[in-house]
Amino acid sequence: MKNLIPENYAVRFIFFLLSFVALYYFLKGLAFAINDNYILTILTYMAINTILALGLNLITGITGQLNLGHAAFMSIGAYTGALLTMKMNMPFGISILAAGIMAALIGVLIGYPILRLTGDYFAITTLGFAEIVRVLFNGMEFTNGAIGISGIPRHTNFSIAWSIAVLVIILMVWLNNSRNGRSYMAIRDNEIAAESMGINTSLFKIQSFAVGSFMGGVGGALLAHQISFIKPDMFGFMKSIELLMMVVMGGLGSIPGTILGASLLTMAPEALRVFADYKYLIYGSLLVVMMIFRPNGILGGVNLRQLLDFSVKKKNIERKNLSN
Amino acid sequence: MELIQQLINGITLGSTYALIALGYTMVYGIVLLINFAHGEIFMFGAFAGLFIVTVLGISNLYLAILGAMVFSMGLGVLIEFIAYRPLRGSTRLSALISAIGVSIFLGSLMVLIRGANVTSFPRKELFTMKNIEFYGLSISNLQIAIILISAILMISLQLFVNYTKIGRAMRATSMDGDASILMGVNQNSIISITFAIGSGLAAAGGVLWGLNFSSIHPYMGLMAGLKAFAAAVLGGIGSIPGAMFGGVFLGVAETLGIAADLSKYKDAFAFAILIIVLLIRPTGLFGRKISKKV
Repeated sequence: MKNLIPENYAVRFIFFLLSFVALYYFLKGLAFAINDNYILTILTYMAINTILALGLNLITGITGQLNLGHAAFMSIGAYTGALLTMKMNMPFGISILAAGIMAALIGVLIGYPILRLTGDYFAITTLGFAEIVRVLFNGMEFTNGAIGISGIPRHTNFSIAWSIAVLVIILMVWLNNSRNGRSYMAIRDNEIAAESMGINTSLFKIQSFAVGSFMGGVGGALLAHQISFIKPDMFGFMKSIELLMMVVMGGLGSIPGTILGASLLTMAPEALRVFADYKYLIYGSLLVVMMIFRPNGILGGVNLRQLLDFSVKKKNIERKNLSN
Repeated sequence: MELIQQLINGITLGSTYALIALGYTMVYGIVLLINFAHGEIFMFGAFAGLFIVTVLGISNLYLAILGAMVFSMGLGVLIEFIAYRPLRGSTRLSALISAIGVSIFLGSLMVLIRGANVTSFPRKELFTMKNIEFYGLSISNLQIAIILISAILMISLQLFVNYTKIGRAMRATSMDGDASILMGVNQNSIISITFAIGSGLAAAGGVLWGLNFSSIHPYMGLMAGLKAFAAAVLGGIGSIPGAMFGGVFLGVAETLGIAADLSKYKDAFAFAILIIVLLIRPTGLFGRKISKKV
């Protein structure tokens, strides 16, 4: 793989841009081939949930800060995107980007004071913050209160959602393997040790919180342009928990796991439509059972690269032999 | 006069918050777990009270409260046994997520049993309302009863924790779990007793809540529980007098906010206060400072 990517940065950028455009048209062709609105809609939701869950995974799974208010950033993004598209006639791309930036900005503003808190206190503060955001959206005039905003143009579709999702996945993998990603994980594993190794913990915590919130905002804006209707109650505590479920089910901190969790939990309600009344009953008991029997989720602690790529194993064996 | 009137309304609301907050604070003090299901136990307590009055036909306030308390004590112990005990010793995040799972499970269970609608609470059968006019203040005897019952429960809890052998064991476990085991405290039974007491108080709070608002619904546990948790943190989690103070404080703040014509934002007050307090005094108003050992 490695020799496929050119060395020069400008060439590299163009290379990525081209492959991205190619991906978009490939997805468009795929959508044409699938040609089934129901399936395409579910797949679109899958992409949106993947984006949202990856953002939460960065904060909770990789940096280890339990965030019980991810839906707040989603709602900030959704409202920003919807209002920009509807009131100011912004192009869709700019609305989405602005939604992400808005969520990230608010993430930094709120994260700066509250990331000093540790563990449970941080979790409960994010929860409180999410409730405040919901109540504010409920009460304010320009968000149309509890009635919400309807008639948002349906700009999101299968190919756009998945192109962004793939971009987010690549960004996450890249971030995870970078120096910053290692710092995030060090903070998760032991904050005091990380700090004494010279990691600026508060900087990296805010950084990861901002990037995660950005994903939340982008996902929210995509969702708003998909269902064309938003109201504050859609982004309550249960939504945050649903997103957390995706991350926990797939495997806290694992990117493939998060994608798997988001996909499964998007499909499950559709496949189990008969049990729709029992949805939350099943969710709740699943969380408990999961925590007791497999606290790391389905793919938590599984190294996919090692499973798939035998050359890694071989190399390891060679290395062992050398050291002997 | 208006202010004093609102203060009394606030204390009435706050004393139910305080009853719920006690459960949070006691459990957190002993097992360091935010018992997310506590709000749902409160809700189940209210519904148990409703069941006792409407189905069993017992229209006595004290029997209703007592019955709801006994039911919720059993529920609390059961939850601890099924969902928290297997997770003792695992990471705190797993325990917290398990608690959230129990909370979702119980909430949707009640929706399945009773439907998501608001049910009216049979206040008339339990209590004959009378308004006492007093220098321009209008206080109902119900408000006085709610405040008195909560006060009696809280005082007996304080006496229990401070002057009985089990209470001493509870304090010892909360101070240092491992050392208390070495001193012969049966940690498992102490944790069960703590869950039982906390759940019982929440159930009493639930019945009083039903009396106060004369309506209950399956989703009330979430908001009330979160606010009560905010109250517990506000007072300093792990501290019993702190939880009482925090509950009353939040209740008063909320009623004053409503009186100031901000009722649209009433659910945000508790959390705004919580965040501000945590930023200024991260261990709450009455909390002990915990220094981390490296």
